[in-house]
Amino acid sequence: MTACVCTDKQDREERVKAIINNHAGDSSALLKVLHAIQDLDSVNYLAEQELVWVAEGLNVPLSKVYGVATFYSLYSVAPRGRHVIRICENAPCHVVGASDIIRTLQELLGVKLGETSADGRFTLELTSCLGVCGVAPAMMIGDDVHGNLTPDKLNSILAEYR
Amino acid sequence: MQLHRAHVLVCAGTNCHLKGSTTIRQLLVEEIKRQNLDLEVRVVETGCFGLCEQGPVVVVYPEGAFYSRVTPENIPVIVSEHLMKGRVVESLLYKAGDAPKAVTTYDQNDFFRKQKRVVLRNCGLINPESIEEYIARGGYEALGKALTTMTPETVIEAVKASGLRGRGGAGFPTGLKWGFTLKAQGDQKYVICNADEGEPGTFKDRLILEGDPHGILEGMAIAGYATGATKGYVYVRGEYKLSIARLQKAIDQAKQLGLLGENIFGTDFGFDVEIVSGAGAYVCGEETALIESIEGDRGEPRYKPPYPANHGLFGKPTTVNNVETLANIAPIVQNGADWFRAIGTEKSPGTKVYTLTGNVVNTGLIEVPMGISLREVIYEVGGGIPNGREFKMAQTGGTSGGCLAEQHLDVPMDYDSLQEHGSALGSGALLIMDDSHCIVDITKNFLSFFNHESCGQCTPCREGTTQLYRLVDKIASGEATAADIELIHRLSRTMQSSSLCALGQTAPVPVLSTLRYFADEYASHMQGVCPTNICVIAEK
Repeated sequence: MTACVCTDKQDREERVKAIINNHAGDSSALLKVLHAIQDLDSVNYLAEQELVWVAEGLNVPLSKVYGVATFYSLYSVAPRGRHVIRICENAPCHVVGASDIIRTLQELLGVKLGETSADGRFTLELTSCLGVCGVAPAMMIGDDVHGNLTPDKLNSILAEYR
Repeated sequence: MQLHRAHVLVCAGTNCHLKGSTTIRQLLVEEIKRQNLDLEVRVVETGCFGLCEQGPVVVVYPEGAFYSRVTPENIPVIVSEHLMKGRVVESLLYKAGDAPKAVTTYDQNDFFRKQKRVVLRNCGLINPESIEEYIARGGYEALGKALTTMTPETVIEAVKASGLRGRGGAGFPTGLKWGFTLKAQGDQKYVICNADEGEPGTFKDRLILEGDPHGILEGMAIAGYATGATKGYVYVRGEYKLSIARLQKAIDQAKQLGLLGENIFGTDFGFDVEIVSGAGAYVCGEETALIESIEGDRGEPRYKPPYPANHGLFGKPTTVNNVETLANIAPIVQNGADWFRAIGTEKSPGTKVYTLTGNVVNTGLIEVPMGISLREVIYEVGGGIPNGREFKMAQTGGTSGGCLAEQHLDVPMDYDSLQEHGSALGSGALLIMDDSHCIVDITKNFLSFFNHESCGQCTPCREGTTQLYRLVDKIASGEATAADIELIHRLSRTMQSSSLCALGQTAPVPVLSTLRYFADEYASHMQGVCPTNICVIAEK
């Protein structure tokens, strides 16, 4: 788990621009570039100014950059918590109790789906099937997958990320 | 090379990993060293064995002893009894359901007996991060055979003769598809491996990529040779971190040994593979949406025709194949079409990989010949329905597939038979539900998925998925009338005939099939009663 590295703004700007420069003028690299920028420093979202730099650097219209950033569920153009929780409610998870898991997570974090906890640590999002249905119900926290969830396991799992 | 008298295989697939297989492996290595056996016994991390329900799984060779649900406390016993003294620890072996005796070896197990492993030939047997182990199992021989003894035309003939059909869902004949790309004119052609596995309940591609990544690369290189492509892309879901890591390692190893890159096997043929990570969109599993996504756009499907074979990635001729389809290629080239045709049924030759989920004892990954019945899969391979409950419904092919009832348990599972009953083989997902579930509630869940995943480009799908969800929600709350059922049928016809891609065309399938086979349960809701007490019926 990477802790939040609170580097100053100027440093981040340099690194974002370095990512963009590696793919200067290559419009097909758009998804890759957005992934890389969003993953920097566990910031977990794409700021408006960064989208402008991407548009200029890859030579694509800003409207297209924004379109792509809002089309795919892994990107966010609004700030999110340090850890994004992606919980699955598709049929294979649903039949083994995913709704109880979602209810308990909302209670523990004091948020609704799509919201960020008051301490800024967690954002709770719904995801489509994570492809670990053999251990359903399942969720991802950041890059880690957690399976065979029961409501009473959630507290200790969340504690690993505090 | 160091020889070992015993090999301990630890499953490192995602499902076992989540059950703690990494700790188990580490403890095994430490304990083996502590008991001074490290020169004689080797611990190998493998891909998925398939029996995910019983994870973490450890198999000890040469006996093939199958230890399931291994805990850290079991490790010293396994090492001192089995590895040191040569006595299999019976009490820790996998025991099927209420069977009186534990099974000693891997292949005595009911779960494996009915299976035929072609696609999963190496999963659980080799270390997926070692190209040497893949080669030792005959890997890359088929590529060598194709490049040095066959022409692109004869490779395509062999694939055509095998009768292999696309395993991504549509079931289109693979050889025919390759033939179109070969004939298409273009200075550059591409092969794309579709690993954007998003159909709920499907995780076969994930476990194939994690368990045997070289099998996919070899299949892609053969496809490249056959169609005249020199560049391949694997489009993998962004969520599949382990698949991406293993595949990248495999690509690097293959390049190092000259099995990818320029002049493969000393011939003029060169082929390179690049991984593209998706960003979370179910619709990108549709081939033209996937192509848009690789080009850096929103994953919105294109109008067809033109098909990708003529106008695909960057406007060039492109072949798009599913992971499982590509995993079948090397065995077909190596063993011939007749060998392949001897497995499965006449119109659907070969095997099919299924992922068993829901209310079944052995959830996990299985590979069985085409044409096996649902009953055999659920009750023999799957171990039946747990907790003493009864079978109620099976959904085949994932959320876009149809739902089957008890009277269909003996229908052979192949492309055509399932289609006759309003369902589909699809991605190979099998969701089993027991009698504690409500049909209307689960159908509402299916429709909420499509409502969420519709890309919004075409009206029948964007509006249709929302309205279908609302109509079924109305039934669930006891407020619907017969006119609403009629509306569901009319709306479904519109979506099936006029949606741009398969997402909108198949979204009505779950509601239509449940209306057909569970009409009583819908009728009951309309009279204000949910038989399982799951739906909240509004007060009248």
